[in-house]
Amino acid sequence: MSDNSATTALAGLDCEPGVRKPDPLLVVDGVTRAFGGLTAVHVDNLEVQRGAITGLIGPNGAGKTTLFNVLSGFDRADHGHWTFDGRDITGRAAHRVARQGLVRTFQLTKTLSKLTVLENMKLAATGQRGERMALSLLPPLWRGQEKDIVRRADELLERFRLSHMREEYAGTLSGGQRKLLEMARALMVRPKMIMLDEPMAGVNPALTQSLLGHITDLRDEGMTVCFVEHDMDVVMGISDWVVCMAEGSVVAEGPPQAVGKNPAVIDAYLGRHHDEPENEADDG
Amino acid sequence: MRNFRLLVPLLAVLFVVLAPSVAAAQGDEVVTGPGFIDRALQSLLDGIQFGAIIAITAVGLSLVFGTTHLINFAHGELVTIGAVVAFFLNVGGLGLHIIPAALIAVVVGAVLGGLLQLGLWSPLRRRGTGMINMFIITIGLSLLLRHVVLVIFGTRPQSYREYDIQRAFDLGPVGITPRDLAIFSISLLVLLGVAFMLQKTRIGTAIRAVSSNRELAEASGIDVQRVVLVVWVLGGGLAALGGVFFGLTEIITWDMGFRLLLLMFAGIILGGLGSPYGAMVGSFVIGIVAQMSSLWFPIDLQNAWALLALILVLLIRPQGILGQRERVG
Amino acid sequence: MDWEVILSDALRSGIGPIAAVYALAAIGLNLHFGYTGLLNFGQIGFMLVGAYGVAASVSTFGLSLWAGVLVGLACSVVLALLLGMPTLRLRAEYLAIATIAAGEILRLFYRSTWAEPVTGGVYGLQQFADDFFDANPIPRDSYGFWLINFSSRDLWVLLVAWGLVALFAGIMALMVHSPWGRVIRSIREDEDAVRSLGKSVYAYKMQSLVFGGAIGSIAGMMLAIQNQSVNADTYNPVETFFLYTLLVLGGAGRVLGPIIGSILFWAVLTFFDSALRQAIGAGYISPDVLSAGEVGAVRFALVGLGLMLLVIFRPQGIVGSRREMLLDVR
Repeated sequence: MSDNSATTALAGLDCEPGVRKPDPLLVVDGVTRAFGGLTAVHVDNLEVQRGAITGLIGPNGAGKTTLFNVLSGFDRADHGHWTFDGRDITGRAAHRVARQGLVRTFQLTKTLSKLTVLENMKLAATGQRGERMALSLLPPLWRGQEKDIVRRADELLERFRLSHMREEYAGTLSGGQRKLLEMARALMVRPKMIMLDEPMAGVNPALTQSLLGHITDLRDEGMTVCFVEHDMDVVMGISDWVVCMAEGSVVAEGPPQAVGKNPAVIDAYLGRHHDEPENEADDG
Repeated sequence: MRNFRLLVPLLAVLFVVLAPSVAAAQGDEVVTGPGFIDRALQSLLDGIQFGAIIAITAVGLSLVFGTTHLINFAHGELVTIGAVVAFFLNVGGLGLHIIPAALIAVVVGAVLGGLLQLGLWSPLRRRGTGMINMFIITIGLSLLLRHVVLVIFGTRPQSYREYDIQRAFDLGPVGITPRDLAIFSISLLVLLGVAFMLQKTRIGTAIRAVSSNRELAEASGIDVQRVVLVVWVLGGGLAALGGVFFGLTEIITWDMGFRLLLLMFAGIILGGLGSPYGAMVGSFVIGIVAQMSSLWFPIDLQNAWALLALILVLLIRPQGILGQRERVG
Repeated sequence: MDWEVILSDALRSGIGPIAAVYALAAIGLNLHFGYTGLLNFGQIGFMLVGAYGVAASVSTFGLSLWAGVLVGLACSVVLALLLGMPTLRLRAEYLAIATIAAGEILRLFYRSTWAEPVTGGVYGLQQFADDFFDANPIPRDSYGFWLINFSSRDLWVLLVAWGLVALFAGIMALMVHSPWGRVIRSIREDEDAVRSLGKSVYAYKMQSLVFGGAIGSIAGMMLAIQNQSVNADTYNPVETFFLYTLLVLGGAGRVLGPIIGSILFWAVLTFFDSALRQAIGAGYISPDVLSAGEVGAVRFALVGLGLMLLVIFRPQGIVGSRREMLLDVR
């Protein structure tokens, strides 16, 4: 774990679930989501610090992805409120959440296979005049903007080392490259916060290092990052703050070292494994 | 929210009841003679009976959709083929009585359903054909089968030899012919049988498991291929039976199944896509709306009102009467 | 068998007004199905409201042809909104079933005795497009090449119909290669991804449904105008399936797909038709096996078989790219 302004800002906070942060960007309040009779998420209080990397951990079925889905507008909550950058975004449709500056990626990457890598990037740019149906027929009105978008897309592709694949169909990329593309594409939206759902899943170890590097770079540029991950080592290595969920609730949070030693976290992982050793069901 | 489910059939009935004011606004004369209540009861009875026939055909379509997510546009042709096979056995050279003819038709329908799964859908799935391409293949199959039937059967509507014209039992204000009573009772028994099978037998449980989550069912050791085959056999047999019943109560034509298909779709969506019980309930509503609409509207608009009920339900409660709320966007 | 007749029949059909009308309707359907991934199985309903919009406006209400065109367009927009609002937020199957039902509802209503004062019921409406034929600038003469001849009237219809096809193909080419088209094509691929990037998928689907439906209604108008008559039974749900067949044949999601598909579809279909009739006439096929009256049914059965084989063995169609098809993960 590196020393940076985010860790300094978070130093000295209580390691209690739901602890108040000095400068929260995302504030979650009493959010629940049940499927049938099963409560998948029940989070009383959760704040995500601006400009920090927050790792969200927990065993399979802890409700991490469901929480992501609810907060990003891809699922609805049964109860509760959440605000982003001071605005209430409870129950907002997914595209409106993204326009507020909260952009997410998916556990199973959603690259658009039959579009080229560059087209994937261009799609994500916001405020495009040419995306209006009537104006689409008048290229002179959007060509200039399109050039700027391509320039920015090229910079990001360069940074994520995808420039050589620029004109290839995204469907031809490897799993790791898709993760990179999805992250780069999310950045085209110019988000305030990016939520990564298992960014390291299915990525080979060499690429994992480079992905981690990209995440810390983003933080160093002032971006807020929240990600879901199973691999404790990865989380401990780069997170400024770690939140642990089990059975739908937040059971512990704090700086990585503190959470790593927290008995509630150990219980969550080991207890779960003792109870249901063969449970391979997805977080859904 | 649950109580709201009950409102939908109510609304559908309300809509039929309110319709005369629309007709009146059109300047048509509303017939409300002394026999109105009697006629209403009679068309309600006809509607329930028509609904039962739609239901036996729609249940199979719904089960196929539930287990494979395939919208089978060729399901109507299984209905037609059932009716036509029974017709040739009944009226053609063999001259079988309609009851054995119907039984053979059901077997033919079941075998055809099974063959389609083994010879067409299963290999296509293995080739990795996309779902949308599969829909379009069912459209092609529907065109092919329907027009093969047309070449063999011809364009002339036909009837079975037995039970063509009967005198109705008089049951107070309403009447029903012995033929229709028998068909209705058998339909109800078949529907109850399907429900019993789904709830109480091993294969029924497996079908429900595959419908709710195919991957999970596969992972927990259910032989999905076998379940899907059973569903196709069942669906084909039920479709053929529905075809014979439809041919008995109305008439046999080369495109009867295709006309019925739209009503089946309406019933399935009305009841909730993917729920077999929903398909049954929805089919009854469709049958009742179709028959009762003729109290006020020209008889050639029967099916149009039934289909319009579908569009109305989509506007009010898109997940259908018994469907789960499922909203993607 | 007279091969010259068979060939000229096929050729005439392939470049004829019906092929143009179907190409136009398929251009609209291509926007829905090929680019946006919407399963519209009721394109025929859009054609119907367009055709009757013109016919009833002129015949029944005495408006001008141009006013009729506007009425037809307005009807198609209303129909698209009505169908789209409840279904575009739901799974794709809902739109499929709602549209096929809507097409049949419209046909049944327009042909019913109830609607007869406006639509002419089962008799339909005739002679409403005189304005169109009066505007024909082509001198009266016979024009021909190779095996076929056209009157100046035929030529005028062909010119306008194929002109509309070219116009809308051009518009479509511009649109799908614009940022708007990029969003539309992305929705076909994965709508959740598009949503996560801040685009309102619902609004784009609705725009696609409305615009493609409007193109369908223009095709319907052209069909009505060139016949000088409308009859609801022409607008059978099966016609939409023909549109799918020719679209898949040409190549869905390609600008030229619907045009090439329509020309080939009608040429091949007429070729079979004409050849079968000739073969029966010449005694090559015994009337016991197949009578002339059954040729129509055989040709539809062949369409069905052709559609199945196409989707199974060449889903990308004639101008589609095999490589792109292989990327299909679904």
